[in-house]
Amino acid sequence: MGAVIEVENVVTRFGERLVHDRVSLHVEAGEIYGFLGPSGCGKSTLMREIILLEPVQSGTIRLFGDSVAALGFEQAQRLRQKWGVLFQSNALFTSLTVAENIAVMLKEYTVLPQRLIDEIVAFKLDIVGLSQKDGGLYPSQLSGGMKKKVALARALALDPPLLFLDEPTSGLDPISAREFNALILKLRDMLQLTVVMVTHDLASIETTLDRMAIIDERRIAAEGSLNEVKRVDSPFIRTFFGGNAS
Amino acid sequence: MAQLQIEKTEAGITVMCSGRWHAIDLDQAAEAMASQIAALSGYEIVFDLAGIERIDTAGALLLQETERDLKAKGNIVRLRGAGAATQRVMTMTQRYAHPDAAFVAPVPGVLESIGIRTVELLRNTTRILAFGGETALAFMNILFSNGQLRLREIAYQINESAVKALGIIALTMFLVGIVVAYQSAVQLKIYGANIFIVDALGISILRELGPMLTAIVVAGRSGSSYAAQIGVMKMTEEIDAMRTMGFDPFAFLVLPRLIALIIMMPVLIFFADIFGLIGGMLIANTELGLSSTLFMDRFVEAVKLKHFWVGLVKGPFFAILIASIGIYRGLQVKNDTESIGINTTKSVVEAIFAVIICDAVFSIIFTELGY
Repeated sequence: MGAVIEVENVVTRFGERLVHDRVSLHVEAGEIYGFLGPSGCGKSTLMREIILLEPVQSGTIRLFGDSVAALGFEQAQRLRQKWGVLFQSNALFTSLTVAENIAVMLKEYTVLPQRLIDEIVAFKLDIVGLSQKDGGLYPSQLSGGMKKKVALARALALDPPLLFLDEPTSGLDPISAREFNALILKLRDMLQLTVVMVTHDLASIETTLDRMAIIDERRIAAEGSLNEVKRVDSPFIRTFFGGNAS
Repeated sequence: MAQLQIEKTEAGITVMCSGRWHAIDLDQAAEAMASQIAALSGYEIVFDLAGIERIDTAGALLLQETERDLKAKGNIVRLRGAGAATQRVMTMTQRYAHPDAAFVAPVPGVLESIGIRTVELLRNTTRILAFGGETALAFMNILFSNGQLRLREIAYQINESAVKALGIIALTMFLVGIVVAYQSAVQLKIYGANIFIVDALGISILRELGPMLTAIVVAGRSGSSYAAQIGVMKMTEEIDAMRTMGFDPFAFLVLPRLIALIIMMPVLIFFADIFGLIGGMLIANTELGLSSTLFMDRFVEAVKLKHFWVGLVKGPFFAILIASIGIYRGLQVKNDTESIGINTTKSVVEAIFAVIICDAVFSIIFTELGY
């Protein structure tokens, strides 16, 4: 399978501050890929550049083979339908119910009958582990873990092949976090997703990630599977994986 | 695009499905299913899925729903030719099927909505009383116990919500002065009563227009910002954080804003009066040939000082209304983005309405008292 995301020599600076200095990485189809690194190293910024929220200042980012810098409006819109994004703060629309939140893209981009949309929504609620009666609730009535699941269901509304998760387990208790990691693995297999996540959570890193990139000191300090990464000598990796490092 | 082709054979009907059955490409297929196939009954219907290039769960659910409906109508339905990928998705959707899913937001009936509104009105009344009580309590605490008046915060609010409003108030009143003078000039000219423009302008601006327009500008500018700012502070749990640190929000947020506006409202009205009269004086000069010296002489003679005081006295009362409504609305914001918009709008509308009612009451009182 080919690379879904290719990042090459990306340089980002905010004013005087250099955030990325020629960062390159690639994400293969079907894998769960993690961006790791200390706070403020630009993990989220890199993700925002990939999902067209920030312009790429220098270097190229290719998604499904197309460079994101050269996209016209129509192409960009089509690309946006091929991914789902789960934000760190969930970003659910607070004025809409859970079911409406999940259906919002289906309602906007298709003219499918309401009955089918309802069934699609019920299906999405079910696969993320929520029940149908949760569909009528508003985001303010949900617990943190449920909000995450709703946001995940919304990200999956159009069955996108690519899923972005920004710190998906932050703010969840360990049990919910473990459940959420298991859910991501299950959904990856079920829906044949490629998943890219920004994470700090050691449990997520050990149980879910196939490969990861460690961004430290403005560069990619290491890229590869957990074992490969642990072998790389870098101050961040040593402190982060602590006693586990061989 | 998902495509359907319907063929009648001796055995029954064959539906050839082809193309990309993705949620985004499904509109035509869903429409064709509904218009051409859904109504059939008593047939043997075969769905040939061999032509499907790719399918996602939405496509599979569409097929599954159609199959279920047709079976319910007495058709014999068979699916054939599904590729491995299609079969995999179909198995998955069958496992999580929800034939009875319906997410319809319940619309309350007339009686129910009257009930909801009544309860909301009563609750709102108690909340307003509670708000007034807590504010008074915080004030008492400062007066009689060891509470501290937050002078720095008051000074900051004076600058933010009053001093920075001077420009827009001056401009508004200057233009209002011009408009009122212009309209009066046309009428007064007919009777040759040019000099009386001073009386008309002086009394109307000092007594009513100055205070009212100042209040409206302040409500739109500062009242709304109180509501929005405190509303966001509530959403981001800043107010809860203050409470846990032992900072009473009423002493830290409410009183400084309230006191700042009470102090500054008369000052703003004074400024408004000046600029309104300057506007009027300009028009009196150009339209009626009334020199500014003559205008001043007549002003001292015809407009009694009491009109100025009547206008100024209203200031603190308007300030209390505007500040408390703005802050109260801010505190009513719930944890969703819509309520910020609603409460900010309400803060402005209610404040202006309250100011007008208050002004009417003052009008009656002062007239009855002979001022």
